[in-house]
Amino acid sequence: MTTGGWISMFLSVGFVTILFLYCIIRVLRGPGGTKDHSLGHIEPVDEDETAQR
Amino acid sequence: MIAYFISLLVIGIPICWVEWTLGRHGGQNNYHSTSGILSFILGKPYAKYLGVIGFVVPVCIYMYYVYIEAWCLGYALNSISGNLSGTGVDYQAFFGSFTGAEADGVTLKVGLGKVGIFVLIVYVMNFYFIYRGISKGIETVCKFAMPALIFIALIILARVMTLGTPDPLKPDQNIIAGLGYLWNPGDIASGLRNPQLWLAAAGQIFFSLSVGFGVIITYASYLRSNDDVVLSGLTASAANEFCEVGLGGLITVPAAFMFLGAAGIVGQGTFGLGFNVLPEVFAHMPGGQIFASIFFLLLFLAAITSSLSMLQPGIAFLEEGLNIDRKQSVALLGFVTGIGTLFIWYFSKDLKALDTIDFWVGTVMLFVQATVLVIIFGWGLGIKKGWAIAHEGAEMRIPNIYKFIIKYITPSFLIIIFIMFLMQNVFGWNYSFSEAKFEPTGYVRDLLGDDDVEPSYVARLSVAWIISITIFSLFLVNLAGKNWAKRNQTTP
Repeated sequence: MTTGGWISMFLSVGFVTILFLYCIIRVLRGPGGTKDHSLGHIEPVDEDETAQR
Repeated sequence: MIAYFISLLVIGIPICWVEWTLGRHGGQNNYHSTSGILSFILGKPYAKYLGVIGFVVPVCIYMYYVYIEAWCLGYALNSISGNLSGTGVDYQAFFGSFTGAEADGVTLKVGLGKVGIFVLIVYVMNFYFIYRGISKGIETVCKFAMPALIFIALIILARVMTLGTPDPLKPDQNIIAGLGYLWNPGDIASGLRNPQLWLAAAGQIFFSLSVGFGVIITYASYLRSNDDVVLSGLTASAANEFCEVGLGGLITVPAAFMFLGAAGIVGQGTFGLGFNVLPEVFAHMPGGQIFASIFFLLLFLAAITSSLSMLQPGIAFLEEGLNIDRKQSVALLGFVTGIGTLFIWYFSKDLKALDTIDFWVGTVMLFVQATVLVIIFGWGLGIKKGWAIAHEGAEMRIPNIYKFIIKYITPSFLIIIFIMFLMQNVFGWNYSFSEAKFEPTGYVRDLLGDDDVEPSYVARLSVAWIISITIFSLFLVNLAGKNWAKRNQTTP
């Protein structure tokens, strides 16, 4: 593996890993992380109302 | 990788933001299908027809995707039972026999060595989960399958990275050389001048992010008005890139290089690498039977989350456009996709039906749909209004440069790439302006034939099937348009 290969790999894998972790942290720590994620606003949540989902 | 990341920044992430924004905006006004959303946003009678691809693409792709999903489940169970780990197994022959690539109709049988029973299992599983709805069905599956997927991938990555030199007789085939095979840059300057490199990079970004499928726009339509589509769109893209570059890029090719060498990898496509090369890699690997089982189970988990997402746009369209409930829409969609899957399942020789539908729907129509969405966002809705809608409830700001990129660069880039794609993959251009030559590719010769090749009746039937589905969808869109108009008249 050449020096260029190591640089290419670390930059690429590092960029996507940092971007992914940054996004996950923002999703979990932001106010959005405490929001109610139920889908009650668009579909019934009771088992016997499956046909209406 | 430079072309790949530029494509990610000017095509992948912007289209994600566009789809998330258009979807959420339509959903706030009670539209959940691409046709309904585009009809609402443009407010013109023709607009609903622009969204027909958003129904045709996921429905048609589902028909063959479920077949590939069945391969994954079948390979996982064959790995567990030891059928793939014995010595002297001809993996190419196993693949041909298992998938039915050797002859038409041979997989309509039940047994561990044929895909038939797995198609039925997978089909029933998909419709069971989709019938249970979004929160109880799709969300529940994804909530467990996605973290499991990343966890299993990390275990396999750790195993591959610690393999060292698996065969002392071949000291050149070690993990460092495998990584070098994948990551060593060639001549960067000449590479970036090569249009084929840009086509490959843009195509990889485009297809791996699933933009233009009609899936993201439908999912986003279920968000609340204060949900953050900017962060959600970026997170979805980042998660995909992490899995593709950070996990897939470090596992598949280096592992194949270590056991098969450079010559063994060359010429292998996605199916070849996944179902022919990797089982061989696992067979050479200590604990290979366990890792093969885990790997194909992982692929199956990934596939089922994707196939479920492909059904929801169809369900949403049938429910809202035809005013039918979930049970009826699931039954209708199950019937239509069932016929398509049966067609692909039967005409399995050389995977001709699958390959033909994948090319014309899963590739060509995707380009068209993504381009339509970007143009509607930048020019139909208007970049100023679109920008404001995208930032409703958003904590993260999209950099202002993206106003220019989404309006001008992304559509231009997409159109250029699409034209190049057609020139190469349909007309067979040799990429020369001075001595241009055109030799129609196999996809065209399959349909039209030429002096040397007879047309393929399976390819012709496949295209006829696509056309039938599209005409049927246009009829449904027309019907849905009348329902939407009626609904708008009665709603104050």
